[in-house]
Amino acid sequence: MVPVQARGLVKSYGRIHAVDRVDLTVNEGDIYGFLGPNGAGKTTAMRIMLGLLRPDAGEVKLFGRDPQTELPEALDGVAGFVETPHFYPYLTGRTNLELLAAFDGNGASGLVENALETVGLQARADDKVGGYSQGMRQRLGLAASLLREPKLLILDEPTNGLDPGGIRDMRDLITSLADRGLTIFLSSHLLAEVEELCTRVSVIREGRIVYEGTLADLHSSSAPRYRLRTSDQRAARTVLADDGVRDLADEDGDLVFTADEPAVLALSRKLVDAGLGIAALVPETATLEHLFFELTEGEAHPHRLETVA
Amino acid sequence: MRPTTFTAYRWEMRKLASQKRTYIGVGAAALLPTLFVVVMSFQKGGPYDVPLGHNLRHTGIALALVVLTFASRFGAQLVTALVAGDIVATEDSGGTLKTILTRSLRRSQILAGKTLASFTYVLLVLLALLAAGMIAGGIAWGFNPVVDLTGSTHSAGRAVGLAFASIGVFSVPLVAIASFGIFLSVVTRNSAAAIVGTLVFELVMEAIVGLVHVQWLHHYMLSAQFDAWHGLWQTPIYWTPIVRSFWVSALFAAVPLAVAFVVFQRRDVSGE
Repeated sequence: MVPVQARGLVKSYGRIHAVDRVDLTVNEGDIYGFLGPNGAGKTTAMRIMLGLLRPDAGEVKLFGRDPQTELPEALDGVAGFVETPHFYPYLTGRTNLELLAAFDGNGASGLVENALETVGLQARADDKVGGYSQGMRQRLGLAASLLREPKLLILDEPTNGLDPGGIRDMRDLITSLADRGLTIFLSSHLLAEVEELCTRVSVIREGRIVYEGTLADLHSSSAPRYRLRTSDQRAARTVLADDGVRDLADEDGDLVFTADEPAVLALSRKLVDAGLGIAALVPETATLEHLFFELTEGEAHPHRLETVA
Repeated sequence: MRPTTFTAYRWEMRKLASQKRTYIGVGAAALLPTLFVVVMSFQKGGPYDVPLGHNLRHTGIALALVVLTFASRFGAQLVTALVAGDIVATEDSGGTLKTILTRSLRRSQILAGKTLASFTYVLLVLLALLAAGMIAGGIAWGFNPVVDLTGSTHSAGRAVGLAFASIGVFSVPLVAIASFGIFLSVVTRNSAAAIVGTLVFELVMEAIVGLVHVQWLHHYMLSAQFDAWHGLWQTPIYWTPIVRSFWVSALFAAVPLAVAFVVFQRRDVSGE
């Protein structure tokens, strides 16, 4: 069974399409990054997945079950949180977990202890949650998810509000959970985190998915950029302009442009023929950040990048 | 093993027990009879014009019911509204609703647990009032027989039994008020609006009784059902208002609860 399969999800608020014909597929074992700027529709889509919102159209299946019509069974093997995880502030961390374990039909105290140990909260487990920091609440949120012994974890901005140490700990935790075979679906603003953690990503913009596939495919889908330094930059610029390279720009004294590899080979010969010495002609790999901004801030061409399933 | 409605109910009760404000209502209910005794010890006479009022200074058993007569005009409804109006809305505003709705309980089970917990709280407040009344009244005036509304005398033992039964009858319309509070708590998603709305609902009922001079209509207003327990203190027991109280209150409870369950089942859970 596919852990997550969403097809044609639509959710509108008045004339605003929070989610607009969203298709997603999360395969077993994926650490799947769900990227998009604030207000792009990430949280709305995740709420629909967890059965908290009803879509206006489309459907989502979790391991083949529809959370709109088959709750709570559709959430068997699924856990997670959207936005900041919330708990009862007047109860201790441990009691909150005991409550949620009971709501899962599982009152075994061993589960609570294991979850507390996994997220490193045993020492503060008997303090009231009202006194917890943001980072501790995030970790308690993860512990609450682990109580369900999930096969699929859905995490909305799990590093939100964490300090650098907390981010590192959360990243290590997610990695170790993935190593245990969990499928993880996470949204994040932290592109470096996503690049380090995720095997597949999707990018959402104004409610629409503008890319879904592996990170490697995303990188290769971007036209290669090159950085050139020669003995005479002005003359080199003329050669490049005549040769019709794209996106030619000056950056820190270098010439930066986009071209495919055969064109660059021809160009290097022309530069030499023009009597220019080449100090550097270096291909630049587009960072995820660069690609993210290209996808989310460039002109709206939702189908510019074909979905790579 | 799937969790049950009892699971939700048990934890709702535990949550209520963990909050200080829960004890405000119970504490106020327990304090009122004591204050009543203190005030009466500083003055002569008493509230002899209220049902069972003429028993004060002779027996402590009637104290809680006399206090209840005063509290029934607003106090009991206020305490009920504070809990029932808050019980769902506070989870909405606190963000915990989405935490519990993504577990293995059905939405209907969660709301049923909250509803039963609200009803239990109402009963506990009334029992606290009765217990405190028995203790304070008993210390001040002893456990002597009680003269009922038709002039018959009841032994202390029977009077205590009738007092408990009176609390039970009084709780029935209060449960209907709680149901309306739960309905508003679900629909408005705002504790303050639900609490105030519940009190306004009760005031409207009172206003209808006060302003509309149609006697038969009065019998079917919720506020009139708070006097149904007087029937227990007649010889023989006058069952008509008690039976009417049960079915009128059931109707007033069923409609808002049914709407609340439908809305809660289908609603979107958004916001923080």
